Amino acid sequence: MTFTEFNILIIGVAVMAVGMIVAIVRLLFGPTSPDRIVALDTVNTLVVGMMIGLGAYHEEVIFIDIAIVYAVLSFVTTLVIAKYMEGSKEEVN
Amino acid sequence: MIDIQTIIGMVFISIGLLFQLLGAFGLVRLPDVYNRLQAATKSITMGAISIAIGVGVIDLSLLPKALLVVIFLMLTNPLSSHAIARAAYNSGVPLWKGSVVDRYGPALKKLQKRRGRS
Repeated sequence: MTFTEFNILIIGVAVMAVGMIVAIVRLLFGPTSPDRIVALDTVNTLVVGMMIGLGAYHEEVIFIDIAIVYAVLSFVTTLVIAKYMEGSKEEVN
Repeated sequence: MIDIQTIIGMVFISIGLLFQLLGAFGLVRLPDVYNRLQAATKSITMGAISIAIGVGVIDLSLLPKALLVVIFLMLTNPLSSHAIARAAYNSGVPLWKGSVVDRYGPALKKLQKRRGRS
């Protein structure tokens, strides 16, 4: 099996999965709530990249359409959570 | 035999993967919300943009939609990171004790004083 572009696509999806696991560690153990939102934003962008890689691997265009819609939804989610959190006071210890 | 188009796409994808992995590890290693925001948003966005361009170069039929994803990420991700930083500052998350400059706090205080006077 030669090293073609399909190999690097599936390796790239695996590397992005590792990065996602590392970000989920911060999402679980973040000391404050902005940390968790930053980790959530990171996971969302990684999902967008992973869907682009999977769409090129399976040669399906609909994965990239879903990536665009996912990017829109993650942007709206992050903005809404940030506006919600702006009025609250964080408990600092 | 690998042609030149595939090699260019693989180089783009490799750069993007390196940036994304470093950004994800910086999210764990850095000490503060604002420092983590630097690592998370900038380098993860750069990595996703580079991966989309690489995929579009490898498979030319995917290039328009990949460029659409690139434009959308470039428009929206700085906005969301700005909103997160503003929300974190206004909800009272303290800066790291090794931070050297805070321009937003005095400006915010001056703005509030001006608003209270008028």
